[in-house]
Amino acid sequence: MLITNPNLDAPDAFYEALIEAHRDLTPAQSHELNAKLVLLLANHVGALGVLKQALDAARRNVLSPEKSS
Amino acid sequence: MNIGVLNGREVQALEFPYARCADQDAAEPARHRVVVVGAGPVGLTLAIDLAQRGQRVLLLDNDHKLSTGSRAICFAKRTLEIWDRLGCGDAMVARGVRWNVGKVFFRDRLLYRFDLLPESGHERPAFINLQQYYAEAGLVERAMALPTLELRWRNSVVACEAAEGGVSLGVETPEGRYTLQADHVVACDGARSAVRSLLQREVQGRVFRDRFLIADVKVERADFPSERWFWFDPPFHRNQSALLHRQPDNVWRIDFQLGWDADPEEEKKPERIIPRVKAMLGDDVPFELEWASVYSFACERMPAFRHGRVFFAGDAAHRVSPFGARGANSGVQDADNLGWKLDLVLRGQAPDALLDSYGLEREAAADENLLNSTRSTDFITPKSEVSRLFRDAVLDLAGEYPFARALVNSGRLSLPTTYEQSSLNTPDVDAFEGRMVPGAPAADAPLQLAGRPAWLLRELGADFTLLVDGPAPGWARDLPLKVLAAQDPEGLLAQRYDLKPGTAYLLRPDQHVCARWRQPTFAAVQAALARATAC
Repeated sequence: MLITNPNLDAPDAFYEALIEAHRDLTPAQSHELNAKLVLLLANHVGALGVLKQALDAARRNVLSPEKSS
Repeated sequence: MNIGVLNGREVQALEFPYARCADQDAAEPARHRVVVVGAGPVGLTLAIDLAQRGQRVLLLDNDHKLSTGSRAICFAKRTLEIWDRLGCGDAMVARGVRWNVGKVFFRDRLLYRFDLLPESGHERPAFINLQQYYAEAGLVERAMALPTLELRWRNSVVACEAAEGGVSLGVETPEGRYTLQADHVVACDGARSAVRSLLQREVQGRVFRDRFLIADVKVERADFPSERWFWFDPPFHRNQSALLHRQPDNVWRIDFQLGWDADPEEEKKPERIIPRVKAMLGDDVPFELEWASVYSFACERMPAFRHGRVFFAGDAAHRVSPFGARGANSGVQDADNLGWKLDLVLRGQAPDALLDSYGLEREAAADENLLNSTRSTDFITPKSEVSRLFRDAVLDLAGEYPFARALVNSGRLSLPTTYEQSSLNTPDVDAFEGRMVPGAPAADAPLQLAGRPAWLLRELGADFTLLVDGPAPGWARDLPLKVLAAQDPEGLLAQRYDLKPGTAYLLRPDQHVCARWRQPTFAAVQAALARATAC
């Protein structure tokens, strides 16, 4: 089951680290980093059911008419 | 005729003569119980199987030669085991190049290697590479040795009318047309199946917008080992993929991805091919171009492989991309599945309903092959920017991290399908470990029989076999099957089948498991036999 309640040890520190990881990268390099990050994290999660829930949740949010734009 | 001593040029030059047959002069159309259309690897396999079971079988072929060019070259372990059963595996293996190892390269570096058969205790390797004309030659030689198999060359099916009582076939020959009647027709006549178009049956699936060049080159002193090498984006062929296989006679198969915009006619010209090969082998390696072909491919199948008295097998029923060697190999498995069923029905020992299971089992197998081959194709030839982004990310990571190697897909190589959902299986009532579930193709293992070493698959019967751990139960003699009481000094059989004293496996004539017990009884085995033959 995909955890969607708060689960990060240190949310602000994670967010900072995420943005920091992209520092000085071109948009193409950032896309590449994101792709590699997805793959590394997916392997860490492992369970296909959880990964599919995460993919669905992300896609639904992208396509949702209510999302703030 | 002894095809085994001929070289590649001689085998490809063989011409099989057309001969007038009595059917052409008959006042009424002659009636045949089984007509197989197409003498390629699939049609030949089926015809041999039926004839070896004592059936009269007529095999029609529209040509009078073997395959032109090497075409299907990778024959999988399971195919070799089927051909062993048909008495022609040894010749193929003796001629073929055995291989188990694959290597994957990205740009100029080796990402990883894989071994398709990492365990010992199997008679056959994961694959042999063998030009299709050699495979067909071995099968034709075997076919010609069988008295109840009649092979008619230059007999093209040009009309087909399927009715409830039988199928009427119009056959065109160099001396004109004749008609014959068949109880059963099996169309093994390839991707452009004449029987399929005559019956107006369709195939459904995806056509891929990409083109590939196959070049067979003869290199006398190549230092490539007998392995499958796959490159993503190699320095000698930028932004595309390439694949290298070794064949007998110092011939190397090189596959170059060309992209959809390539002009197939231009790319077939030696002046276009030679620079590509030179870029790969190096300027100083002399080679001879043997054969070349430019192809595109589809992943598709017929919705149903059985239409009354007409059956479809091999490329006529389903087509896959070549990555994974799932074309000819799955076709040979189609034949393996249909042969014993048709034989039992023709002998009146099983109802017609058994033939429905051919469609159900092999359609499921085709779906598995299509899924694997479509996934490989999507990885090898990404169809969108984001698909390419992830593909390249996987390849980059694979050099450093083992997890990403599992995602690299240069072709998932052909394995036989487990018929998990088959109605011919008797569901387990006892607990078992391992892969030999009902529906699984029997794994080979070394045995000891009367003090001599043997292989399990070689010892299975032509019909059903009861494999037992320990002494054969006395009641088994009263059942129509072969009892194999195995001795297994290496313990590999016991391990692969999770055997304990008294355990028994019921194996179908095509060597798939259909039932198993810890403590078998006469009644249980008899019921499982009835179920496996739709009785």
